[in-house]
Amino acid sequence: MTEEQAINELTPIFREIFEEDDIEITSQTVAADIPEWDSLNHIYLVVAIEKHFGKKFTAQQIANWKNVGEVVQTIIEA
Amino acid sequence: METPSFQQLRKLLKKGTKPEGQITRIAVLGESSTQFICQAIEGYGINQNLNLEVIEGDYDQIDISLIDPTSPFLTKKFDFILILPSVFKLRKAYWKNNINDSDQLITNTLDQFRSWVQSIKNHSPKTKILLANYLELPESIFGNYGNKTSKSLVYTTRKLNLELANLSQEFDNLFILDLQNIYQGTTLPSFSDERLYISASLAYNLEFIPFIAKGVCDIVHALKGRVVKCLILDLDNTLWGGIIGDDGLAQIELGDLGLGKAFCEFQSWIKKLKERGLILAVCSKNTESIAKTPFEDHPDMVLKLDDIALFVANWENKAQNIKFIQQTLNIGFDSMVFIDDNPFERDLVRSAVPGVLVPEMPEDPTLYLSYLESLNLFETGSFSKEDEQRNSKYKAEAARSSVAQSFESIDDYLVSLKMKMVIKPFNGLDKPRIAQLTQRSNQYNLRTIRYTESDIQEIIEDDNRIGLSISLEDKFGDYGLISVLVLNLKPDSIFIDTWIMSCRVLKRGVEHAALEHLISLTQKINKTKIIGEYLETPKNHLVKDHYLNLGFESSEDTTWTLDTTKSELPKHFISTIPTPIS
Repeated sequence: MTEEQAINELTPIFREIFEEDDIEITSQTVAADIPEWDSLNHIYLVVAIEKHFGKKFTAQQIANWKNVGEVVQTIIEA
Repeated sequence: METPSFQQLRKLLKKGTKPEGQITRIAVLGESSTQFICQAIEGYGINQNLNLEVIEGDYDQIDISLIDPTSPFLTKKFDFILILPSVFKLRKAYWKNNINDSDQLITNTLDQFRSWVQSIKNHSPKTKILLANYLELPESIFGNYGNKTSKSLVYTTRKLNLELANLSQEFDNLFILDLQNIYQGTTLPSFSDERLYISASLAYNLEFIPFIAKGVCDIVHALKGRVVKCLILDLDNTLWGGIIGDDGLAQIELGDLGLGKAFCEFQSWIKKLKERGLILAVCSKNTESIAKTPFEDHPDMVLKLDDIALFVANWENKAQNIKFIQQTLNIGFDSMVFIDDNPFERDLVRSAVPGVLVPEMPEDPTLYLSYLESLNLFETGSFSKEDEQRNSKYKAEAARSSVAQSFESIDDYLVSLKMKMVIKPFNGLDKPRIAQLTQRSNQYNLRTIRYTESDIQEIIEDDNRIGLSISLEDKFGDYGLISVLVLNLKPDSIFIDTWIMSCRVLKRGVEHAALEHLISLTQKINKTKIIGEYLETPKNHLVKDHYLNLGFESSEDTTWTLDTTKSELPKHFISTIPTPIS
């Protein structure tokens, strides 16, 4: 899977979790860019990503994500 | 009826419309993070048409929230306070304590619960408390030996859960949210996710949270008086296997053999519900006297006639019969549950009698019980002596009221079914099914002539006879070969030697569509009359007026005649293949 593919698949997930139909994400997007991206919604985001991609991440990976690019890297590597 | 996912509940919460009606205010206090639970409860309320306002307390501050008399949780007079203790917190305390102080942990925890309940009772006496019990964690210190010592976590957890139950019997404002039992009823591999517990103090995973929400709403519903009062039961293939009218008393499946055991267990459960206070009613397409024979004479019947407050067995449509049951018992449609194995009947009742709860049923009767159990349909807010006697009270009332019934047209409903019928000459492949229908059908059978497979072969080869088989499907699926006709060709007429139909497709106009085909066939082969005959048996009263209803004229003997040069085409809502020639 390429970075672009991953971002394309992540976009609708982000839109659903953060309840904003026009969210656009790039690998540089960080939590501060999205008002609803708090620590609890972060958990919801992780669970939704795991479900969508059929992968499980470690607590450490989850905690260390700094931006969408790192999320994408984890998905590609997992 | 499946419990919605957390995702669906959140969507409902953000995008759904709040139900109208009185607001119920619920405060949620937890020893773990409860934000998702609050969202799920409110979303589930929308799903269940409950107008809920859910207020979240501070994380792990239950003591201070409930002991300080100036706390908003005591001054704001909530309708409900939901308390969610966390087994992870209990485990932490258990690990921290000296192993010999485990009994002390039980006492202290229980004292704390008691002080919360007492404080709410004192300061906000009308508030009802929902206290969740503990979910069990693996006993990893003692293993199975944990049962043999009171120093184990498993003993501590179970003992506390039992003491919580006792506590709720002591305080009338306290109700237990039985999470352990709710979890047991799910197919989830786990109720928690360690990663979410460690990183966000979530004691439950997102898959389990909707079940917590359902549990809360079930109790709120029940305590607000929205409870199921009446269970309406179909008979054939619901309470026993097979069809009493066709198979007879000796052949229905009931008892220790084969599937009979499943039906007995199902009945035993229903009987227990009756003891708990549910009113039982029967609603069956059957001749009443035949439908009652298993209740009277079958040794393995668990339910007896005496258990049934209202017994409605006739050939009218079930929606009308349920309206009749409702009028007779004088209870709301929304307090009734209708159980039927037949998807046609379920959908008919669902669309014609809104409010009545009609659970989908598994096809396999051995799964009826576990499926219905998983729905928790019979939550209650109370149990008393009166409940035990309710059924007999209603039974007496029903006996007094008149059985006069009125029936309205269901044409629109039949149109919506999009029924398709194929009518064709007998063919070799269908021989076993055709022979079986002639041998097993007793009720919708005009002359009750039995044919073997080789008899059917003879009909196929005989130029003076025509065998027709009819298959039906509708939007619910394929019913297969459900009707058989055998016609004898006479010089200027057709004589209907056999007309059989499966009772599964009664009242859908199949006989009208079949007659339309017969009329066009008669004209095609240059004949002018169709002659039918009704030969009475103890079991075929259902079709006594078959030919009368189809517009035939009676003769002096048992035969009926239709003049196809004068007759009108019968009305029906089935598209037939081949299309009739007009």
